[in-house]
Amino acid sequence: MALLVVAEHDNQSLKSSTLVAVAAAAAIGGEIHVLVAGHNAKPAAEAAAKAAGVAKVLLAENPAYEHLLAEDIAGLVVTLAPNYSHVLAPASTFGKNFLPRVAALLDVAQISDISGVVSPDTFVRPIYAGNALATVQSKDKIKVISVRGTAFPPAEAKGGNAPIETIAGAGSAGLSRFVGAELSKSERPELTSARVIVSGGRGMQSGDNFKLLESLADKLGAAVGASRAAVDAGFVPNDYQVGQTGKIVAPELYIAVGISGAIQHLAGMKDSKVIVAINKDEEAPIFQIADYGIVGDLFKIVPELDAELAKRRGS
Amino acid sequence: MKLLVAVKRVIDYNVKIRVKPDKTGVETANVKMSMNPFDEIGVEEAVRLKEAGAATEVIAVSMGPQACQETIRTALAMGADRGIHVLSDVELQPLAVAKLLKAIAAKEQPQLIILGKQAIDDDSNQTGQMLAALLGWAQGTFASKLKLEGGKALVTREIDGGLETVELKLPAVMTTDLRLNEPRYASLPNIMKAKKKPIEPLSPEALGVEVAPRLVTLKVEEPQKRQGGKKVASVQELVDKLKTEARVI
Repeated sequence: MALLVVAEHDNQSLKSSTLVAVAAAAAIGGEIHVLVAGHNAKPAAEAAAKAAGVAKVLLAENPAYEHLLAEDIAGLVVTLAPNYSHVLAPASTFGKNFLPRVAALLDVAQISDISGVVSPDTFVRPIYAGNALATVQSKDKIKVISVRGTAFPPAEAKGGNAPIETIAGAGSAGLSRFVGAELSKSERPELTSARVIVSGGRGMQSGDNFKLLESLADKLGAAVGASRAAVDAGFVPNDYQVGQTGKIVAPELYIAVGISGAIQHLAGMKDSKVIVAINKDEEAPIFQIADYGIVGDLFKIVPELDAELAKRRGS
Repeated sequence: MKLLVAVKRVIDYNVKIRVKPDKTGVETANVKMSMNPFDEIGVEEAVRLKEAGAATEVIAVSMGPQACQETIRTALAMGADRGIHVLSDVELQPLAVAKLLKAIAAKEQPQLIILGKQAIDDDSNQTGQMLAALLGWAQGTFASKLKLEGGKALVTREIDGGLETVELKLPAVMTTDLRLNEPRYASLPNIMKAKKKPIEPLSPEALGVEVAPRLVTLKVEEPQKRQGGKKVASVQELVDKLKTEARVI
Protein backbone atom coordinates (compact mmCIF):
# COMPACT_ATOMS: atom_id res chain seq x y z
CA MET A 1 0.00 0.00 0.00
CA ALA A 2 1.34 3.41 -0.95
CA LEU A 3 0.06 6.84 0.02
CA LEU A 4 0.41 10.09 -1.89
CA VAL A 5 0.85 13.38 -0.06
CA VAL A 6 0.38 16.47 -2.21
CA ALA A 7 2.88 19.05 -1.03
CA GLU A 8 2.07 22.64 -0.22
CA HIS A 9 5.06 24.80 -1.05
CA ASP A 10 6.17 28.06 -2.60
CA ASN A 11 8.56 26.36 -5.06
CA GLN A 12 11.50 27.38 -2.86
CA SER A 13 10.52 25.70 0.36
CA LEU A 14 8.06 23.25 1.80
CA LYS A 15 5.24 24.50 4.07
CA SER A 16 5.09 22.87 7.47
CA SER A 17 1.50 21.83 6.69
CA THR A 18 3.02 19.30 4.27
CA LEU A 19 4.98 17.71 7.11
CA VAL A 20 1.76 17.42 9.12
CA ALA A 21 0.12 15.62 6.18
CA VAL A 22 3.16 13.31 5.99
CA ALA A 23 2.71 12.56 9.70
CA ALA A 24 -0.95 11.70 9.11
CA ALA A 25 0.07 9.41 6.25
CA ALA A 26 2.55 7.73 8.58
CA ALA A 27 -0.24 7.21 11.12
CA ILE A 28 -2.27 5.41 8.44
CA GLY A 29 0.77 3.35 7.47
CA GLY A 30 2.38 2.43 4.15
CA GLU A 31 4.94 3.77 1.72
CA ILE A 32 4.72 7.55 1.55
CA HIS A 33 5.26 9.42 -1.71
CA VAL A 34 5.18 13.21 -1.87
CA LEU A 35 4.12 15.06 -5.00
CA VAL A 36 5.71 18.45 -5.55
CA ALA A 37 4.03 20.13 -8.50
CA GLY A 38 5.44 23.54 -9.30
CA HIS A 39 7.70 25.68 -11.43
CA ASN A 40 11.43 25.73 -10.61
CA ALA A 41 10.36 23.75 -7.59
CA LYS A 42 13.48 21.63 -7.19
CA PRO A 43 14.34 23.26 -3.81
CA ALA A 44 10.90 22.34 -2.50
CA ALA A 45 11.29 18.78 -3.81
CA GLU A 46 14.70 18.51 -2.13
CA ALA A 47 13.16 19.65 1.15
CA ALA A 48 10.46 16.99 0.78
CA ALA A 49 13.11 14.33 0.10
CA LYS A 50 14.74 15.14 3.44
CA ALA A 51 11.55 14.76 5.44
CA ALA A 52 11.52 11.73 7.71
CA GLY A 53 9.35 8.87 6.50
CA VAL A 54 9.17 9.90 2.85
CA ALA A 55 10.04 7.04 0.46
CA LYS A 56 9.88 8.91 -2.82
CA VAL A 57 9.33 12.43 -4.14
CA LEU A 58 7.57 13.02 -7.43
CA LEU A 59 8.51 16.33 -9.02
CA ALA A 60 6.19 17.66 -11.72
CA GLU A 61 7.68 20.76 -13.32
CA ASN A 62 5.49 22.97 -15.45
CA PRO A 63 5.05 26.75 -15.64
CA ALA A 64 1.32 26.08 -15.25
CA TYR A 65 1.91 24.75 -11.74
CA GLU A 66 3.72 27.84 -10.46
CA HIS A 67 0.69 29.20 -8.59
CA LEU A 68 -0.87 25.81 -7.80
CA LEU A 69 -4.20 26.59 -9.48
CA ALA A 70 -6.82 24.07 -8.41
CA GLU A 71 -7.94 23.07 -11.91
CA ASP A 72 -4.40 22.24 -13.00
CA ILE A 73 -3.15 20.56 -9.81
CA ALA A 74 -6.30 18.43 -9.60
CA GLY A 75 -5.84 17.32 -13.20
CA LEU A 76 -2.34 16.08 -12.36
CA VAL A 77 -3.24 14.39 -9.07
CA VAL A 78 -6.14 12.51 -10.66
CA THR A 79 -3.77 10.82 -13.11
CA LEU A 80 -1.53 9.64 -10.25
CA ALA A 81 -4.22 8.68 -7.73
CA PRO A 82 -5.04 5.19 -9.08
CA ASN A 83 -1.57 4.04 -7.92
CA TYR A 84 -2.41 4.88 -4.32
CA SER A 85 -4.70 3.78 -1.52
CA HIS A 86 -4.79 7.27 0.02
CA VAL A 87 -4.31 10.78 -1.32
CA LEU A 88 -3.63 13.36 1.38
CA ALA A 89 -3.16 17.12 1.42
CA PRO A 90 -3.09 19.80 4.09
CA ALA A 91 -6.49 21.26 5.02
CA SER A 92 -5.13 24.72 4.24
CA THR A 93 -6.59 27.05 1.64
CA PHE A 94 -4.30 25.24 -0.83
CA GLY A 95 -5.58 21.75 -0.03
CA LYS A 96 -9.18 22.81 0.42
CA ASN A 97 -9.10 24.40 -3.00
CA PHE A 98 -7.97 21.52 -5.21
CA LEU A 99 -8.58 18.32 -3.25
CA PRO A 100 -12.39 18.08 -3.62
CA ARG A 101 -11.90 18.32 -7.38
CA VAL A 102 -9.69 15.23 -7.18
CA ALA A 103 -12.28 13.35 -5.13
CA ALA A 104 -15.12 14.27 -7.50
CA LEU A 105 -13.16 13.24 -10.60
CA LEU A 106 -12.33 9.91 -8.94
CA ASP A 107 -15.99 9.57 -7.89
CA VAL A 108 -15.08 9.12 -4.23
CA ALA A 109 -16.03 10.98 -1.07
CA GLN A 110 -13.51 13.31 0.50
CA ILE A 111 -12.81 13.10 4.20
CA SER A 112 -12.15 16.72 5.18
CA ASP A 113 -9.95 18.09 7.91
CA ILE A 114 -9.17 14.87 9.78
CA SER A 115 -7.87 15.21 13.33
CA GLY A 116 -7.29 11.54 13.96
CA VAL A 117 -6.66 8.18 12.30
CA VAL A 118 -8.54 5.19 13.74
CA SER A 119 -7.65 2.72 10.99
CA PRO A 120 -6.78 2.97 7.28
CA ASP A 121 -10.45 3.51 6.41
CA THR A 122 -11.75 5.23 9.57
CA PHE A 123 -10.98 8.77 10.63
CA VAL A 124 -12.00 11.38 13.19
CA ARG A 125 -12.98 14.84 12.02
CA PRO A 126 -14.42 17.86 13.78
CA ILE A 127 -17.88 19.07 12.75
CA TYR A 128 -19.93 22.06 13.90
CA ALA A 129 -16.78 24.15 14.31
CA GLY A 130 -15.18 21.56 16.54
CA ASN A 131 -18.14 21.34 18.90
CA ALA A 132 -18.53 17.69 17.96
CA LEU A 133 -16.19 15.00 16.67
CA ALA A 134 -17.42 12.56 14.05
CA THR A 135 -15.81 9.19 13.43
CA VAL A 136 -16.38 8.32 9.76
CA GLN A 137 -15.61 5.29 7.67
CA SER A 138 -14.96 5.38 3.95
CA LYS A 139 -15.73 2.41 1.72
CA ASP A 140 -14.22 4.05 -1.35
CA LYS A 141 -11.27 2.40 -3.05
CA ILE A 142 -9.14 5.54 -2.84
CA LYS A 143 -9.38 7.64 0.31
CA VAL A 144 -9.04 11.33 -0.39
CA ILE A 145 -8.18 13.13 2.84
CA SER A 146 -7.37 16.65 3.97
CA VAL A 147 -5.43 16.90 7.22
CA ARG A 148 -6.02 19.46 9.94
CA GLY A 149 -2.82 21.44 10.43
CA THR A 150 -2.79 21.19 14.20
CA ALA A 151 -3.80 17.56 14.56
CA PHE A 152 -0.52 15.71 14.10
CA PRO A 153 3.00 16.67 15.20
CA PRO A 154 4.80 17.44 11.92
CA ALA A 155 7.18 14.83 10.51
CA GLU A 156 10.84 15.69 11.09
CA ALA A 157 12.14 17.97 8.34
CA LYS A 158 15.49 16.16 8.44
CA GLY A 159 16.67 12.62 8.41
CA GLY A 160 15.17 11.41 5.14
CA ASN A 161 16.98 10.84 1.87
CA ALA A 162 14.29 9.93 -0.62
CA PRO A 163 14.94 9.75 -4.37
CA ILE A 164 13.36 12.47 -6.51
CA GLU A 165 11.65 11.23 -9.64
CA THR A 166 10.71 13.75 -12.30
CA ILE A 167 7.30 13.14 -13.82
CA ALA A 168 5.43 14.79 -16.65
CA GLY A 169 2.36 16.84 -15.91
CA ALA A 170 -0.48 17.73 -18.24
CA GLY A 171 0.00 21.42 -17.49
CA SER A 172 -2.75 23.97 -17.78
CA ALA A 173 -6.36 22.97 -18.19
CA GLY A 174 -6.91 26.43 -19.68
CA LEU A 175 -9.79 27.24 -17.34
CA SER A 176 -8.24 29.77 -15.00
CA ARG A 177 -5.33 32.17 -14.90
CA PHE A 178 -3.37 33.58 -11.97
CA VAL A 179 -3.63 37.38 -11.98
CA GLY A 180 -1.87 38.43 -8.79
CA ALA A 181 -1.52 38.06 -5.06
CA GLU A 182 -1.24 40.42 -2.14
CA LEU A 183 0.52 38.52 0.57
CA SER A 184 0.88 39.97 4.05
CA LYS A 185 4.53 40.59 4.75
CA SER A 186 5.71 39.96 8.24
CA GLU A 187 8.97 39.22 9.99
CA ARG A 188 7.04 37.22 12.54
CA PRO A 189 6.27 33.51 12.22
CA GLU A 190 3.16 32.35 10.36
CA LEU A 191 0.09 31.92 12.52
CA THR A 192 -0.46 28.27 11.70
CA SER A 193 3.09 27.23 12.57
CA ALA A 194 3.95 29.67 15.36
CA ARG A 195 4.96 28.32 18.78
CA VAL A 196 3.44 31.33 20.52
CA ILE A 197 0.52 33.49 19.39
CA VAL A 198 -0.64 36.81 20.81
CA SER A 199 -4.18 37.60 19.65
CA GLY A 200 -6.30 40.70 20.06
CA GLY A 201 -10.05 41.17 20.04
CA ARG A 202 -12.59 43.93 20.01
CA GLY A 203 -11.18 45.10 23.34
CA MET A 204 -8.12 46.43 21.50
CA GLN A 205 -10.34 49.32 20.35
CA SER A 206 -8.25 50.21 17.30
CA GLY A 207 -5.75 48.85 14.79
CA ASP A 208 -3.16 51.22 16.19
CA ASN A 209 -3.37 49.55 19.59
CA PHE A 210 -2.24 46.27 18.03
CA LYS A 211 1.28 47.76 18.30
CA LEU A 212 1.08 46.78 21.99
CA LEU A 213 0.63 43.17 20.94
CA GLU A 214 3.35 43.37 18.31
CA SER A 215 5.84 44.49 20.91
CA LEU A 216 4.82 41.62 23.15
CA ALA A 217 4.97 39.20 20.21
CA ASP A 218 8.50 40.28 19.35
CA LYS A 219 9.66 39.47 22.87
CA LEU A 220 8.10 36.03 22.69
CA GLY A 221 8.95 35.20 19.07
CA ALA A 222 5.22 35.04 18.54
CA ALA A 223 2.79 35.52 15.67
CA VAL A 224 0.01 38.08 16.01
CA GLY A 225 -3.58 36.97 15.52
CA ALA A 226 -7.04 38.43 16.00
CA SER A 227 -10.61 37.47 16.66
CA ARG A 228 -13.25 37.85 13.99
CA ALA A 229 -14.67 40.83 15.92
CA ALA A 230 -11.35 42.65 15.56
CA VAL A 231 -11.19 41.80 11.85
CA ASP A 232 -14.80 42.86 11.26
CA ALA A 233 -14.09 46.13 13.08
CA GLY A 234 -11.28 46.74 10.58
CA PHE A 235 -8.44 46.73 13.13
CA VAL A 236 -6.38 44.15 11.20
CA PRO A 237 -6.59 42.25 7.87
CA ASN A 238 -8.59 39.06 7.53
CA ASP A 239 -5.56 36.77 7.39
CA TYR A 240 -4.98 37.56 11.08
CA GLN A 241 -8.25 35.86 11.93
CA VAL A 242 -8.18 32.87 14.27
CA GLY A 243 -11.43 30.94 14.54
CA GLN A 244 -13.96 28.75 12.82
CA THR A 245 -14.00 31.05 9.80
CA GLY A 246 -10.30 31.88 9.95
CA LYS A 247 -7.24 29.88 10.86
CA ILE A 248 -7.15 26.89 13.16
CA VAL A 249 -4.14 27.09 15.45
CA ALA A 250 -2.69 25.07 18.30
CA PRO A 251 0.47 26.76 19.55
CA GLU A 252 2.30 25.97 22.79
CA LEU A 253 1.12 29.30 24.19
CA TYR A 254 -1.87 31.37 23.12
CA ILE A 255 -2.36 34.78 24.72
CA ALA A 256 -5.88 36.16 24.16
CA VAL A 257 -6.05 39.88 24.80
CA GLY A 258 -9.39 41.66 24.92
CA ILE A 259 -11.10 38.63 23.41
CA SER A 260 -14.37 37.61 25.03
CA GLY A 261 -14.26 34.05 23.73
CA ALA A 262 -17.12 33.60 21.26
CA ILE A 263 -17.64 29.95 20.20
CA GLN A 264 -16.47 31.05 16.77
CA HIS A 265 -13.08 32.05 18.16
CA LEU A 266 -12.69 29.15 20.59
CA ALA A 267 -13.16 26.74 17.69
CA GLY A 268 -9.93 28.02 16.20
CA MET A 269 -7.65 27.94 19.25
CA LYS A 270 -8.96 25.68 21.98
CA ASP A 271 -6.40 23.00 21.19
CA SER A 272 -3.55 25.31 22.19
CA LYS A 273 -1.37 23.77 24.89
CA VAL A 274 -1.51 26.73 27.29
CA ILE A 275 -4.04 29.56 27.05
CA VAL A 276 -3.65 32.91 28.78
CA ALA A 277 -6.57 35.35 28.84
CA ILE A 278 -6.40 39.06 29.60
CA ASN A 279 -9.82 40.67 29.83
CA LYS A 280 -11.50 43.28 31.98
CA ASP A 281 -14.78 41.34 32.08
CA GLU A 282 -14.50 38.69 34.76
CA GLU A 283 -17.46 36.83 33.25
CA ALA A 284 -15.94 36.58 29.73
CA PRO A 285 -16.23 32.96 28.48
CA ILE A 286 -12.57 32.95 27.48
CA PHE A 287 -11.69 32.56 31.17
CA GLN A 288 -13.49 29.21 31.32
CA ILE A 289 -10.96 27.65 28.99
CA ALA A 290 -7.91 29.71 29.95
CA ASP A 291 -5.18 28.06 32.01
CA TYR A 292 -4.18 31.45 33.39
CA GLY A 293 -6.53 34.40 33.43
CA ILE A 294 -5.87 37.97 34.47
CA VAL A 295 -8.86 40.21 35.05
CA GLY A 296 -8.08 43.84 34.33
CA ASP A 297 -7.54 46.61 31.83
CA LEU A 298 -5.48 45.31 28.95
CA PHE A 299 -4.01 48.77 28.34
CA LYS A 300 -2.41 48.49 31.76
CA ILE A 301 -1.63 44.78 31.83
CA VAL A 302 -0.10 44.32 28.39
CA PRO A 303 2.57 47.04 28.88
CA GLU A 304 3.29 45.57 32.33
CA LEU A 305 3.71 42.11 30.84
CA ASP A 306 5.88 43.54 28.09
CA ALA A 307 8.10 45.26 30.64
CA GLU A 308 8.26 42.16 32.86
CA LEU A 309 9.38 39.99 29.92
CA ALA A 310 11.97 42.59 28.92
CA LYS A 311 13.23 42.78 32.48
CA ARG A 312 13.57 39.03 32.90
CA ARG A 313 15.20 38.62 29.55
CA GLY A 314 17.70 41.27 30.50
CA SER A 315 18.52 39.66 33.83
CA MET B 1 -26.94 35.68 -17.78
CA LYS B 2 -28.51 33.21 -15.44
CA LEU B 3 -27.17 32.61 -11.94
CA LEU B 4 -27.69 29.53 -9.83
CA VAL B 5 -27.27 29.80 -6.06
CA ALA B 6 -27.18 26.79 -3.74
CA VAL B 7 -28.64 27.24 -0.26
CA LYS B 8 -28.43 24.75 2.60
CA ARG B 9 -30.66 24.50 5.62
CA VAL B 10 -28.52 24.13 8.75
CA ILE B 11 -28.78 24.57 12.50
CA ASP B 12 -28.75 28.32 13.16
CA TYR B 13 -25.26 29.60 13.86
CA ASN B 14 -26.34 31.00 17.23
CA VAL B 15 -27.51 27.65 18.56
CA LYS B 16 -25.21 25.76 20.88
CA ILE B 17 -25.37 22.28 19.45
CA ARG B 18 -25.92 19.17 21.54
CA VAL B 19 -24.59 15.73 20.76
CA LYS B 20 -27.25 13.03 21.08
CA PRO B 21 -26.74 10.72 24.06
CA ASP B 22 -26.67 7.67 21.76
CA LYS B 23 -23.79 9.25 19.78
CA THR B 24 -25.58 8.91 16.44
CA GLY B 25 -25.38 12.60 15.65
CA VAL B 26 -26.36 16.06 16.75
CA GLU B 27 -29.79 16.93 18.13
CA THR B 28 -31.84 18.65 15.41
CA ALA B 29 -35.37 18.21 16.78
CA ASN B 30 -36.89 21.50 18.01
CA VAL B 31 -33.72 23.38 17.11
CA LYS B 32 -33.81 26.66 15.20
CA MET B 33 -32.77 26.16 11.58
CA SER B 34 -31.54 28.85 9.17
CA MET B 35 -29.83 29.32 5.86
CA ASN B 36 -26.12 28.53 6.01
CA PRO B 37 -24.49 31.96 6.54
CA PHE B 38 -22.05 31.53 3.64
CA ASP B 39 -24.99 30.73 1.34
CA GLU B 40 -26.73 33.94 2.44
CA ILE B 41 -23.68 35.79 1.19
CA GLY B 42 -24.03 33.85 -2.07
CA VAL B 43 -27.66 34.86 -2.50
CA GLU B 44 -26.78 38.48 -1.73
CA GLU B 45 -24.02 38.49 -4.34
CA ALA B 46 -26.31 37.00 -6.98
CA VAL B 47 -29.09 39.48 -6.24
CA ARG B 48 -26.63 42.38 -6.40
CA LEU B 49 -25.41 41.18 -9.80
CA LYS B 50 -28.99 41.16 -11.01
CA GLU B 51 -29.68 44.60 -9.56
CA ALA B 52 -26.56 45.91 -11.29
CA GLY B 53 -27.85 44.55 -14.61
CA ALA B 54 -25.10 41.92 -14.92
CA ALA B 55 -27.51 39.00 -14.50
CA THR B 56 -31.01 38.35 -15.77
CA GLU B 57 -32.27 35.66 -13.43
CA VAL B 58 -31.33 34.22 -10.04
CA ILE B 59 -32.39 30.66 -9.22
CA ALA B 60 -32.07 29.38 -5.65
CA VAL B 61 -31.63 25.63 -5.20
CA SER B 62 -31.90 23.65 -2.00
CA MET B 63 -31.82 19.93 -1.33
CA GLY B 64 -33.12 17.81 1.46
CA PRO B 65 -36.37 17.36 3.37
CA GLN B 66 -39.57 19.32 2.73
CA ALA B 67 -38.54 21.99 5.25
CA CYS B 68 -35.78 23.16 2.87
CA GLN B 69 -38.53 25.07 1.10
CA GLU B 70 -38.37 27.58 3.96
CA THR B 71 -34.71 28.18 3.13
CA ILE B 72 -35.59 28.67 -0.53
CA ARG B 73 -38.32 31.15 0.51
CA THR B 74 -35.70 33.11 2.43
CA ALA B 75 -33.60 33.32 -0.74
CA LEU B 76 -36.68 34.37 -2.74
CA ALA B 77 -37.45 37.06 -0.17
CA MET B 78 -33.88 38.35 -0.53
CA GLY B 79 -34.48 38.74 -4.25
CA ALA B 80 -33.99 35.41 -6.04
CA ASP B 81 -36.53 34.93 -8.86
CA ARG B 82 -37.46 31.31 -8.47
CA GLY B 83 -36.58 28.19 -6.57
CA ILE B 84 -35.75 24.54 -7.17
CA HIS B 85 -36.16 22.00 -4.39
CA VAL B 86 -34.68 18.54 -4.69
CA LEU B 87 -36.66 16.53 -2.17
CA SER B 88 -34.69 13.85 -0.37
CA ASP B 89 -34.91 12.38 3.08
CA VAL B 90 -31.60 10.57 2.64
CA GLU B 91 -28.51 12.31 4.09
CA LEU B 92 -27.02 14.16 1.12
CA GLN B 93 -23.23 14.26 1.20
CA PRO B 94 -21.17 16.78 -0.81
CA LEU B 95 -20.47 14.47 -3.76
CA ALA B 96 -24.19 13.69 -4.13
CA VAL B 97 -25.11 17.37 -3.89
CA ALA B 98 -22.49 18.22 -6.51
CA LYS B 99 -23.94 15.58 -8.86
CA LEU B 100 -27.47 16.87 -8.33
CA LEU B 101 -26.34 20.45 -8.99
CA LYS B 102 -24.56 19.30 -12.12
CA ALA B 103 -27.81 17.76 -13.39
CA ILE B 104 -29.65 21.00 -12.63
CA ALA B 105 -26.95 23.04 -14.35
CA ALA B 106 -27.42 20.91 -17.46
CA LYS B 107 -31.11 21.90 -17.50
CA GLU B 108 -30.73 25.56 -16.56
CA GLN B 109 -27.45 26.46 -18.27
CA PRO B 110 -26.30 29.11 -15.76
CA GLN B 111 -23.14 31.12 -16.47
CA LEU B 112 -22.18 31.27 -12.83
CA ILE B 113 -23.02 29.02 -9.89
CA ILE B 114 -22.49 30.48 -6.43
CA LEU B 115 -22.20 28.39 -3.25
CA GLY B 116 -21.05 29.06 0.29
CA LYS B 117 -17.46 27.98 0.87
CA GLN B 118 -18.66 25.54 3.47
CA ALA B 119 -21.73 24.61 5.45
CA ILE B 120 -21.45 25.29 9.16
CA ASP B 121 -22.82 21.86 10.08
CA ASP B 122 -20.49 19.32 8.47
CA ASP B 123 -17.74 21.89 7.70
CA SER B 124 -16.76 19.87 4.62
CA ASN B 125 -15.80 22.69 2.25
CA GLN B 126 -16.17 20.44 -0.81
CA THR B 127 -19.35 20.91 -2.79
CA GLY B 128 -18.40 23.92 -4.94
CA GLN B 129 -15.05 22.45 -5.93
CA MET B 130 -16.62 19.05 -6.67
CA LEU B 131 -19.31 20.65 -8.80
CA ALA B 132 -16.74 22.66 -10.77
CA ALA B 133 -14.72 19.49 -11.40
CA LEU B 134 -17.74 17.44 -12.52
CA LEU B 135 -18.76 20.21 -14.91
CA GLY B 136 -15.18 20.72 -16.11
CA TRP B 137 -15.45 24.38 -15.15
CA ALA B 138 -13.10 26.85 -13.49
CA GLN B 139 -13.57 27.70 -9.84
CA GLY B 140 -13.04 30.71 -7.65
CA THR B 141 -13.21 29.54 -4.05
CA PHE B 142 -13.28 31.57 -0.80
CA ALA B 143 -14.15 34.71 -2.75
CA SER B 144 -13.98 38.15 -1.17
CA LYS B 145 -14.50 40.05 -4.44
CA LEU B 146 -16.08 39.29 -7.79
CA LYS B 147 -15.91 41.26 -11.01
CA LEU B 148 -17.47 40.14 -14.27
CA GLU B 149 -15.96 41.54 -17.44
CA GLY B 150 -15.48 40.51 -21.04
CA GLY B 151 -16.99 37.07 -20.56
CA LYS B 152 -14.66 36.31 -17.67
CA ALA B 153 -14.87 36.43 -13.90
CA LEU B 154 -12.16 38.04 -11.81
CA VAL B 155 -12.30 36.52 -8.35
CA THR B 156 -10.24 37.70 -5.39
CA ARG B 157 -9.73 34.83 -2.98
CA GLU B 158 -8.95 34.71 0.74
CA ILE B 159 -5.88 32.50 1.05
CA ASP B 160 -3.74 31.67 4.08
CA GLY B 161 -1.09 34.30 3.42
CA GLY B 162 -3.39 37.07 2.17
CA LEU B 163 -5.32 37.53 -1.06
CA GLU B 164 -5.05 36.02 -4.53
CA THR B 165 -6.83 37.05 -7.71
CA VAL B 166 -7.66 34.59 -10.48
CA GLU B 167 -9.35 35.06 -13.82
CA LEU B 168 -11.91 32.39 -14.67
CA LYS B 169 -13.43 31.39 -17.96
CA LEU B 170 -17.22 31.39 -17.80
CA PRO B 171 -19.26 29.40 -17.02
CA ALA B 172 -17.67 28.98 -13.61
CA VAL B 173 -18.32 28.11 -9.99
CA MET B 174 -17.65 30.55 -7.17
CA THR B 175 -17.73 29.89 -3.41
CA THR B 176 -18.15 32.74 -0.96
CA ASP B 177 -16.07 33.88 1.97
CA LEU B 178 -17.24 36.20 4.72
CA ARG B 179 -16.01 39.50 3.38
CA LEU B 180 -17.67 39.27 -0.05
CA ASN B 181 -20.67 41.29 1.12
CA GLU B 182 -23.07 41.83 3.97
CA PRO B 183 -26.36 40.08 3.26
CA ARG B 184 -29.54 42.16 3.47
CA TYR B 185 -32.53 41.48 5.65
CA ALA B 186 -35.61 40.68 3.63
CA SER B 187 -38.29 43.36 3.94
CA LEU B 188 -41.83 42.42 4.86
CA PRO B 189 -43.23 43.28 1.39
CA ASN B 190 -40.51 41.13 -0.18
CA ILE B 191 -41.29 38.27 2.19
CA MET B 192 -44.94 38.52 1.07
CA LYS B 193 -43.92 38.64 -2.60
CA ALA B 194 -41.65 35.63 -2.14
CA LYS B 195 -44.66 33.50 -1.22
CA LYS B 196 -45.93 33.85 -4.79
CA LYS B 197 -42.64 32.99 -6.48
CA PRO B 198 -42.48 29.47 -7.95
CA ILE B 199 -40.51 26.57 -6.45
CA GLU B 200 -40.02 23.64 -8.79
CA PRO B 201 -40.06 20.27 -7.00
CA LEU B 202 -37.49 17.73 -8.23
CA SER B 203 -36.09 14.45 -6.96
CA PRO B 204 -32.75 12.65 -7.24
CA GLU B 205 -34.54 9.96 -9.26
CA ALA B 206 -35.95 12.50 -11.73
CA LEU B 207 -32.45 13.93 -12.12
CA GLY B 208 -30.98 10.45 -12.51
CA VAL B 209 -28.51 10.80 -9.66
CA GLU B 210 -27.52 8.08 -7.18
CA VAL B 211 -27.26 9.82 -3.79
CA ALA B 212 -26.54 7.02 -1.31
CA PRO B 213 -24.01 8.24 1.31
CA ARG B 214 -20.39 7.20 0.73
CA LEU B 215 -19.12 7.98 4.20
CA VAL B 216 -20.62 6.14 7.13
CA THR B 217 -20.73 8.05 10.40
CA LEU B 218 -19.84 5.51 13.09
CA LYS B 219 -20.27 7.88 16.01
CA VAL B 220 -20.45 11.52 17.00
CA GLU B 221 -19.00 12.61 20.32
CA GLU B 222 -18.38 15.74 22.32
CA PRO B 223 -14.79 16.89 22.31
CA GLN B 224 -12.85 16.73 25.54
CA LYS B 225 -13.50 19.75 27.70
CA ARG B 226 -10.59 21.94 28.67
CA GLN B 227 -9.88 22.34 32.35
CA GLY B 228 -9.49 26.08 32.55
CA GLY B 229 -10.66 28.79 34.86
CA LYS B 230 -7.57 29.48 36.95
CA LYS B 231 -6.87 33.13 37.66
CA VAL B 232 -3.61 34.84 38.54
CA ALA B 233 -3.41 38.09 40.45
CA SER B 234 -0.47 39.82 38.84
CA VAL B 235 1.71 39.95 35.76
CA GLN B 236 4.66 38.72 37.83
CA GLU B 237 2.70 35.67 38.94
CA LEU B 238 1.66 35.01 35.33
CA VAL B 239 5.23 35.10 34.04
CA ASP B 240 6.37 32.90 36.94
CA LYS B 241 3.71 30.29 36.18
CA LEU B 242 4.43 30.35 32.46
CA LYS B 243 8.11 29.77 33.19
CA THR B 244 8.01 27.23 35.97
CA GLU B 245 4.61 25.55 35.87
CA ALA B 246 3.63 25.53 32.20
CA ARG B 247 7.20 25.87 30.94
CA VAL B 248 6.19 27.52 27.70
CA ILE B 249 8.39 30.63 27.81
